[in-house]
Amino acid sequence: MTDLAFSLRGVTKHYPHFDLRDLELDLIRGQVLGFIGPNGAGKSTTLRIMMGLVHHDEGRVEVLGHPIPAEQIQAKKRVGFAGEDLRLYSHATLAWHMAFVRRIFPSWDDAYARELVKRFDLRADQKVKGLSHGQRVKAALLLVLARRPELLLLDEPTTGLDPVARREVLGELTAVLADEERTILFSSHNTRDVEQLSDRIAFLDRGRLIEFDDKESFLDRWRRIRLQRSSGDEPLDVPGLLDVEGGGRLVTAITDRWGGSLRRDLTRAGTTVQTVEPLTLEEIFVARLATHREEAVA
Amino acid sequence: MNMLSGFAISQADGRPMYRQVMEQIKQRIAIGDWQPEQKIPSIREFAVALRVSVITIKRAYMELERDGVIVTMQGKGCFVAADPNLGTRLHGQELDEHLVEAARLAVLAGLELEDLLDLLREAYERIPRSPT
Repeated sequence: MTDLAFSLRGVTKHYPHFDLRDLELDLIRGQVLGFIGPNGAGKSTTLRIMMGLVHHDEGRVEVLGHPIPAEQIQAKKRVGFAGEDLRLYSHATLAWHMAFVRRIFPSWDDAYARELVKRFDLRADQKVKGLSHGQRVKAALLLVLARRPELLLLDEPTTGLDPVARREVLGELTAVLADEERTILFSSHNTRDVEQLSDRIAFLDRGRLIEFDDKESFLDRWRRIRLQRSSGDEPLDVPGLLDVEGGGRLVTAITDRWGGSLRRDLTRAGTTVQTVEPLTLEEIFVARLATHREEAVA
Repeated sequence: MNMLSGFAISQADGRPMYRQVMEQIKQRIAIGDWQPEQKIPSIREFAVALRVSVITIKRAYMELERDGVIVTMQGKGCFVAADPNLGTRLHGQELDEHLVEAARLAVLAGLELEDLLDLLREAYERIPRSPT
């Protein structure tokens, strides 16, 4: 038995217009990984590879100790996946879906399912075609949660939800974690949800993993610094400063390696640090993407 | 009473979430809602109740432990530290941080120490006080 809920090693998938390259990703049981990236970054492809729905060209994938795709059937019994296509039958009711999933998965918890119907403000006798988008998302999530899977793979679980529904969904996801053995990987472009829920953060852009770190150490590294310079004549050249703005004596810069050594370098370069502010994950996301794309061009 | 009712993370607050958690714990201890040597919720219970990640609460607990506010006993859980002067110490620490910040802003604005003291006196007099 391994302590990892899943691992991807050197995973590569080639498409005519898109490449997922050398993906290295893993997660310890009981943790939450927030998977962030712009549209088309490869988040859904990664999740689908883990579910064996898409086969990778190179690399190794293990989910709950099972190599994928070879043992995907064994893995799927213990994994709950909610993708973007929700796979609900429009002419059937939610109750029909619940009965259907219960027949397939022995781990189905009917009491919990009924509780979730109430908490998600749904009606079991309503047909799927009469549901709003938010209700469909919650219904699909209910069908996954009530199986009490060890690993939840959720593709954009909060996208398109109104604030009340979002809160209900996030609340249920944290409740899952009361059990230390259960693990969640969820993709999102809502950085606020990711910042709140995740223990670890992975950034994907254009098929490449560009950051993968503990959320707290990650947020700790990034700062916005306001500097005063003794003279504003030459451009400020200190390694570790990204996105330097302001040409005169007052300069604002963003850094991804805040700490004592940067402070010393700044003093040596003749600057005084005026203020140091933490950044939100959203600000970091935007700054990090900009530098990644500049590197790609260079 | 539920020890965790009333805790809240503000999205509008610019500070990191773990700092918000630390501050609210310190407040509870300072006003005596959480008593010295009292057992406090586990990291996971805390995370679930606040709907934040485990690592955020872990970070808050680690910093509080470093500051001597709480103690962790292997296998038993986390407790408020035994130090009876905790309340005053916490207030002192917080006050110190704010004074340093006020002094820094005064220097930025080019104020003399005397000007700052005048401002502080004014601010002090504006705070309503109950008659003693």
